[in-house]
Amino acid sequence: MKRNHTGAPVASGTATATLGVLGVVVGLRAVFGAPLRASIGWLVPFAGLRVDVDPLGGAFMALTGAVAAAVGVFAIGYARRERWARFPLVALPIFVLTLLVVPAAGSVTTFLFAWEAMALTSLALVLTEHHRAEVRSAGLFYAVLTQIGFVAILVALATLSSAAGSGTLAGIRAAAGDLSPALRSGVFLLTILGFGSKAGLLPLHAWLPRAHPEAPSPVSALMSAAMVNLGIYGIVRIDVQILGGGPRWWGTTLMVVGAASAVFGVLQASVSADLKRLLAYSTTENMGLIGMAIGASMLLGASGLASVAAIALAAALVHLVAHAAFKALGFLAAGSVLAGTGVRDLDRLGGLARRMPYTTTLFGIAALGATGLPLGAGFVGEWLLLQSLIHTPQGDNTLLSLVMPLSIGALALTTGLGIVAMVKAFGIGFLARPRSEGAESAREASPTMLVGMALAAAGCVVVAVAPVALGPVLTRVATTLPSVGDGHGPKLGAMLRLPGAAGSVSPVVLAAALAVSAALVLLLARWGVRARPAAVVRPLWAGGGPALTPRMQYTATSFAEPLQRVFDDVLRPDTDVAVTHVAESRYLIEKITFRTAQADAVEEHLYWPVVRGVAAAARGVRRAHTGSIHLYLLFGAVGLLVAIVVGR
Amino acid sequence: MSWATRILKAGRIVQDSPAMPASTVSPPTGTRASLQIRHVDAGSCNGCELELSGAFSSVYDAEQFGARLVASPRHADALIVTGVVTHNMRTALIDTVAATPEPRLVIAMGDCACNGGLFRGGYGVAGIVEDFVPVDVELRGCPPTPDEIIETLRGVTGR
Amino acid sequence: MMALSIALAALQVVMVLLGAPLVIGAMRQVRARLEGRRGGGLGQPWRDLRKLFRKQQVTPEGTTVVFRAAPFVMLGSTLLIAAIIPVVSLGSPLDSSGDFVAVVGLLFLGTVALALAALDTGTAFGGMGSSRQMTVVALVEPTILLVLFTLSLRVHSANLAAIATGTLANPAQAFSLGRVLAFASLVIAIIAETGRLPVDNPATHLELTMIHEAMTLEYAGPRLGLVEWASGMRLTVLLVLLANLFFPWGLAPGEPGAIQVLIAVAAIVAKVAVLAMALSVGETFLAKLRLFRVPELLAGSFLLGILAVTASSFLPSAGR
Repeated sequence: MKRNHTGAPVASGTATATLGVLGVVVGLRAVFGAPLRASIGWLVPFAGLRVDVDPLGGAFMALTGAVAAAVGVFAIGYARRERWARFPLVALPIFVLTLLVVPAAGSVTTFLFAWEAMALTSLALVLTEHHRAEVRSAGLFYAVLTQIGFVAILVALATLSSAAGSGTLAGIRAAAGDLSPALRSGVFLLTILGFGSKAGLLPLHAWLPRAHPEAPSPVSALMSAAMVNLGIYGIVRIDVQILGGGPRWWGTTLMVVGAASAVFGVLQASVSADLKRLLAYSTTENMGLIGMAIGASMLLGASGLASVAAIALAAALVHLVAHAAFKALGFLAAGSVLAGTGVRDLDRLGGLARRMPYTTTLFGIAALGATGLPLGAGFVGEWLLLQSLIHTPQGDNTLLSLVMPLSIGALALTTGLGIVAMVKAFGIGFLARPRSEGAESAREASPTMLVGMALAAAGCVVVAVAPVALGPVLTRVATTLPSVGDGHGPKLGAMLRLPGAAGSVSPVVLAAALAVSAALVLLLARWGVRARPAAVVRPLWAGGGPALTPRMQYTATSFAEPLQRVFDDVLRPDTDVAVTHVAESRYLIEKITFRTAQADAVEEHLYWPVVRGVAAAARGVRRAHTGSIHLYLLFGAVGLLVAIVVGR
Repeated sequence: MSWATRILKAGRIVQDSPAMPASTVSPPTGTRASLQIRHVDAGSCNGCELELSGAFSSVYDAEQFGARLVASPRHADALIVTGVVTHNMRTALIDTVAATPEPRLVIAMGDCACNGGLFRGGYGVAGIVEDFVPVDVELRGCPPTPDEIIETLRGVTGR
Repeated sequence: MMALSIALAALQVVMVLLGAPLVIGAMRQVRARLEGRRGGGLGQPWRDLRKLFRKQQVTPEGTTVVFRAAPFVMLGSTLLIAAIIPVVSLGSPLDSSGDFVAVVGLLFLGTVALALAALDTGTAFGGMGSSRQMTVVALVEPTILLVLFTLSLRVHSANLAAIATGTLANPAQAFSLGRVLAFASLVIAIIAETGRLPVDNPATHLELTMIHEAMTLEYAGPRLGLVEWASGMRLTVLLVLLANLFFPWGLAPGEPGAIQVLIAVAAIVAKVAVLAMALSVGETFLAKLRLFRVPELLAGSFLLGILAVTASSFLPSAGR
């Protein structure tokens, strides 16, 4: 249903952006000033709405708000161009509101209520183009996995609340010390499952690569840059703050989950030919890295190494902000490409640098951030994580000596593959020549879309060269967390310093030095300039063959093919070759069709067997549905008897 | 006998360099002893190619005079064209020369490239090299010996 | 003293800038002599560079600013690396601003720039070279990070001067198991990253066997000169890292006297010469690997890297 309301997109986008700015203001006030508390009894049935924003919640509110501000501005132009119907326009600000309430929630009921509201509004937004079958299938997948996660969170929080005897998060925190270790471990595992699913960690991550490509791009940006952060928020709030970090196996488990998510996510991203699917798997990768950092912080805190744990936690938080910046920018740029070309398949894009120069530059900034190379937004977080692993004293601690090298290996592998994925996305998607008509007739984004992207790019640049801006927030948040509260965290100034440990780096100095080097090279290039004949522009050499067609260029699939071969056992692509012979003779071939599809290996080998098992069990239970009313009355009586016996 | 023993036993294979020939063309860009060459086979019988690879082998070692074979005409200063220009290779030859940055030289190697040689007037022959691209140095012979090739190259490199 | 350390950093940059073509020349000469030839001489790459800078600048149709800017990013990032790493002295002014993580990142910034430029040409060979190079990078970058991590475990610092100082202070640990494994792993990684045999043949003319060369097929004149110079410099700085992190003797301290600087210059020249010639001798005995065997080699070096890190963590007293 696409109508042309010119005023409605502006209203919707402005409302979203305003909510975002409000979230930033409230969040920062809570971080630096007094915690904000409010209780509205009538808003939520039975328990009332309770808001309690402490520095941790405030930081997440501010981050969400910043992303929402950029997305809101972008959505003004995007919704107008894509002619959104009234429903998604209304749902967008509501979604942002729920995103802001979750970190502000002060009681279990408020939290769960806001969480479900967030899930439902995001589902509605994912289904914006419900006339397409893939969108409906993605929506169903997303709904099921979200609810499974919600059930896990519900059980965890309900158990915690009843055991602690309080419905408010502050009350649970006060009583957390008295809880039994078995209960705490149970809650920990459930939160890893539930919040991890929302954050895109393995194994319940498969909704990400399905829902993000099908959702409209501003929604994808909000989901990937703001909603998945709330999964991390849940883990930090419940497991680190309230339950106090736990024994060492908690941190190790989270590190394993994080490392597996990071490597799997980036591997899938590097072989994905769909631009938005690539970005979605990149979210799994980065959330895995953040999970690894938090797990390292928990493990180091439990091992008594508070200052190193503080470095790891700083790594997690800085990378969270960096990821929000470059992922939001990436999805907004992908939205601009989709709106301008109608194509999101990398194999059919290309040549956008000429027709969409601003979008190309902005996506380049996002891609550089995602690679973790210096001058990119992802560098600082990765650097901090590496430093925390380097400064772990080995001593006689076998667990640490084993875990740290393997996690360094996983982190290194992730960065290497991340570089491949982003070079592919940028190089194939934006450079060289267009590979399809859609790419040939590309239209640059409208001004509001460009402003929204520029806001996100500004965030990327700030994190890349001036992480000093994050320093005060980080210190305030760290003071609220028990196992790292006493440790002196890293100092984020013009130079990043690690007090108590020998390590420093200065992104701004590196940037300046690189500029000086480049200037020096420009001077060097003037050597012999007077003897040179005049510069010319000539056709491509390309091996001296006949004229190049755009189809002769490498595609994203061919670019990733050697890598796919190397990791064939993990990826298990589905390849099909069909040979059609000429009718008269089997020795002559008329047509060869090659088809390759990359499915998610975890989905294939974990979800479908579980679904088949559940379906088989359901078929077994169906045998009890004989249709005889006498049998049904008997079932009812037995059930009542059991309930009476148990409840007594 | 292992590689190491073989290398030690063989020692210096390259022949002593003959006297410096006269310079035929000034070296491109005025830099002596630096000539990157891209070989183009416009339709030869491969006799000249065998002699050319002999010229760059261990016995004659054209690299000691600053000449080197490269893969792309964009990297080259000189193009060695062998063979008569066939119809199929006509545009390719013209494109290759056009892709080479200035200052550039075209060396026509062998009788076929210079005046058609054995294949003059054949049905697949479009002409000689001079008909399509300006030739700066001619090297006669069917095929020219490696010594002659070296002499011509030294006349260009100036070493 | 700030002025002295800046002067030394400038000296390092100039040494690497001027020395890189000589390193390439030396490697080609060793190869030539082992083949029984006379070779072009040590100064051949310098003559080639001089000639390239006097040739016409040709820009292919359809390329963007990425193609034109990539040589500058490559050479600029390598010059910055030469200023950061300990080449001659331990007191680089940028040492506290850039540690090994930053250096590895800068190195791969250059690689990525060239790969993007190759994709920008839109030719099949450019895409092929870029794709192959990225596959190699995916496996080499983790290995280099692991090796440098092994080296930094002992001194608990990632800054390169600290790593070198640590080895100077404990000479006995220089030959521990972890270090030997790390050395082997780094050698393979350097061979892969700089495109030497057996991973890639720098002198090949067959496009289907190319990795690095395929990415530069469209470059001409001064830009080609910059790219070739940058490639030589990348090999040189990697050899310098190999030499000065594993065998740092001869390095001048932070505030050196004139004699110490001279000794340091002579030492690094000798070390890099020995390593380059050893690499070249090794190349003479090796044939290029099939492309799909290369990941096996790189996975092997990655595994060596993991073993090196584990050995360094688990064997604290034995040659720590």
